Amino acid sequence: MNPNTPQALKPRTMFEKVWDAHVVVEPAGEPTILYIDLQLVHEVTSPQAFEGLRLTGRPLRRPDRHIATVDHNVPTTSVQDRLHIVDQIASAQINALRKNCADFGIEFFDTEAAEQGIVHMIGPELGATKPGMTIVCGDSHTSTHGAFGALAFGIGTSEVEHVMATQTLPQDKPKTFRINVEGDLPAGVTAKDIILNIIGRIGTAGATGYAVEYAGSAIRALSMEGRMTICNMSIEAGARAGMIAPDDTTFAYLKGRRFVPKDAAWNLAVEQWRALVTDEGATFDRELHIDAATLSPTVTWGTSPGMVTTIDATVPAITPDLDEADHKSYTRAYEYMDVHPGQPIEDIKVDAVFLGSCTNGRIEDLRAAAKIVNGYKVATTVRAMVVPGSQAVKAQAEDEGLDEVFKSAGFEWREPGCSMCLGMNPDILQPGERCASTSNRNFEGRQGRGGRTHLLSPAMAAAAAITGHLTDVRTWKFNSKT
Amino acid sequence: MIPINIITSTAVPLPLPNIDTDQIIPKQFLKRIERTGYEDFLFYDWRYNLEVPDHVEPRKDFVLNNPAYKGSQILIAEKNFGCGSSREHAAWAINQYGFLAVIAPSFADIFFSNAGKNGIILARLTEEEVETLIQRSTANPKHLITINLEAQTVTDDQGFHATFEIDPFRKHCLLNGLDDIGLTLLHEEDLDKFEAKHNNEFWLAPKSKVVA
Ligand code: SF4
Repeated sequence: MNPNTPQALKPRTMFEKVWDAHVVVEPAGEPTILYIDLQLVHEVTSPQAFEGLRLTGRPLRRPDRHIATVDHNVPTTSVQDRLHIVDQIASAQINALRKNCADFGIEFFDTEAAEQGIVHMIGPELGATKPGMTIVCGDSHTSTHGAFGALAFGIGTSEVEHVMATQTLPQDKPKTFRINVEGDLPAGVTAKDIILNIIGRIGTAGATGYAVEYAGSAIRALSMEGRMTICNMSIEAGARAGMIAPDDTTFAYLKGRRFVPKDAAWNLAVEQWRALVTDEGATFDRELHIDAATLSPTVTWGTSPGMVTTIDATVPAITPDLDEADHKSYTRAYEYMDVHPGQPIEDIKVDAVFLGSCTNGRIEDLRAAAKIVNGYKVATTVRAMVVPGSQAVKAQAEDEGLDEVFKSAGFEWREPGCSMCLGMNPDILQPGERCASTSNRNFEGRQGRGGRTHLLSPAMAAAAAITGHLTDVRTWKFNSKT
Repeated sequence: MIPINIITSTAVPLPLPNIDTDQIIPKQFLKRIERTGYEDFLFYDWRYNLEVPDHVEPRKDFVLNNPAYKGSQILIAEKNFGCGSSREHAAWAINQYGFLAVIAPSFADIFFSNAGKNGIILARLTEEEVETLIQRSTANPKHLITINLEAQTVTDDQGFHATFEIDPFRKHCLLNGLDDIGLTLLHEEDLDKFEAKHNNEFWLAPKSKVVA
C-alpha cells in the first residue's frame, strides 16, 4: 500500500505508515511478514548467515537490495595495516565477506573503496537510506537510519539469513512512543546530550517494545548528523527503532546522492515523502515532553548508557527511588569505574580520548571537535585519536584541513572503521584506563577488558583531550585563528 | 531446531540485572566465522582469570565453574537480560553451553528474538518469583526446577509454582522445532505478488548498481 492512498482513514503515525506499506501478509496467529527494502551487511554478523544459505541450498532472493562493507574489524592505523591484516582471524572474516559477496552478487565496498565506512555511515552517504524504507542490518545501531524517516532496526544473524532468503522478516508490531523535545538548545548542548539525557530519564529498557518518534522544535532544528546521533542511540534505551520525520533538511542532505532518484522522479519522491509525517490527531501509546532549554552537556559516569549526569554535577548517590537491582548496578559501577558518589564530574581524569563511531564520527562532529582543539595541545597524560566514520568523512575533513588541526594538537588521525567503539581491532583500552568517548556504549570491557568509558559529545571529548579531565565546554576559551 | 517441551534441571543463578551481550560473549569471539564452538567462551571475562597473559585459568568464585552446577540446563538472572549488542553469538553460546532456558523478570528485545530462533525458552517471571528461585538455587545447587512449555509453568519440588506468558506462535515453533525461514516461504506466493507491486514504490528508485 502506498502511504498516500486515501484508504488511510484513521490518522496514522509515521511509523504506522511505513509499517503498513511493507506488510506482505498477516497470517492468523503468526507475526506479520514485513518486506525489507534494504539490508546492510558487514563482516561480523554475516558469515554464519551465508553459511546457512549454502547449507540449505537457498538462493539470496534480492542481491540488489543488499550492500556490504567492512568496518568492525579493519585496522584503522594505516592503509598498509589494512591491506595486510596481522590478525589472522579478522583477516579470514573479511576474506569470507569478500568471497560471499562475490558468490551471491552483493555490491561490496572493500577496505580502500571511496565508499567504505561504518555501515551506518555509508547507507546515508550513498543515499541508499531514504525516507519510507524498511532497513535492517545485523547490528543494533541500525536505528541510525531512522533519522531519515525510515523504519530501521538491528537484527541477529538468523534474521540476517532470513532476509537474505526471503527479503522479509516475521515481526510483531511494536508500540509507538513519541518523545517531544521543544525549545532552543542552550550553547554547548548537542544532539548527543539530548539522547543521553533521554536515556538517563527513561532508562536502558525504557523504550523496550516501542518504535520511538523524536519530534519537537529542538529535533527539527538539528542537522541530519545530529538526528542520526539521536536515532543511533535509540537502542540504548531499548527501543526497536527510532524515527524522525523527513523534512527540507532531510531532502537537502539526500539530493544528488548516488542511490537517490533524479530529476522528475526526485520531485515526485519528495512530494510523497512529505506525506509520511505523522497525521494530525494520530495517537501514540506513550509520550514524553522535554524542555530543551533545561538541558546541559551530559556524560555517563557508570557502566550503562543510562547512568548519566551533567558535566557540572557530581557522581550521583544511590537514592531511595532506585530499586534493588539498580542499587546493585550502581555499587558495581562505582567500583568498576573507580568513582565515588559526590565526586565532581569535572575532577575525573582521562587517559584516552576516542572521537569517532557511527554515533559521532561524522563531519559535523569532527568540525565541532576541531573548533575546540584549534590552537591547543593534547594533555601530555592523554592518548587521543580521531577515527572518521567513513572514507567520505575522512576526505571531507582533510579537504577542510581538520586533520591538520587535530594532528598539530597531538591527536592521531586514523583510517575509517569502528575502531575503539568496540575494540575488535587492535584499538583497545588497557585494564584500568579511562576514556572519554563519543561512541554509544560504556559497558564493562566494551573498549577493552577493564577499560572505563565515559560517553559524551564530540566537543566535550575534544575538551577532555586538551585538559586531561572531563571538562565543561560552556566555559571553553576558543582560539579563533590557527 | 530440536523440539523442546519439558526441562527438569538444576539451575545456575546469576543474580545481576542488565547482563549485556558483551558479558555473555565478549567481542573477540565475534571474529569467528563458524556457527558452533561458542560454549567455552560463554561469560568469558567473568569465568576466567585473565590477569596472566597466555595462562587462562577458571575463576573459582564464578558460578559456572562450581562443579555442583555442572550439566545445568537453566540459567536464572535479573531484569533486562541480554541487553546491548545484537550479536546472536550470545544465544549460540548460551545454547551450546547446554542451557535450554533462561528465567528472568525481563529480556532485551533483540536477544529475545535471537533466543527463540535458537530453541531457547525464555521464561519471564515476576521479580519476587525470580528472587525465590535464585535463593533456592544458590543455597542448594542440587535444587531442581521444572519448566513446562506446553503448560507455561515453572515449578520446583518445594512447592514453587509460577506461570509465564509466551506468544502462541513462538510456543508452537519451540514445541515443534520449526524453522522460521521455511515458515515464511510457505507464503511465497503472497510474497511474489507483493514484491512485484512493491518494486515500483517511489522510495526504492533507483535500485542499486547491480540492476540499474
Ligand atoms: S561504530 Fe560502534 S556501534 Fe557503530 S557499528 Fe561500529 S561497533 Fe557498532
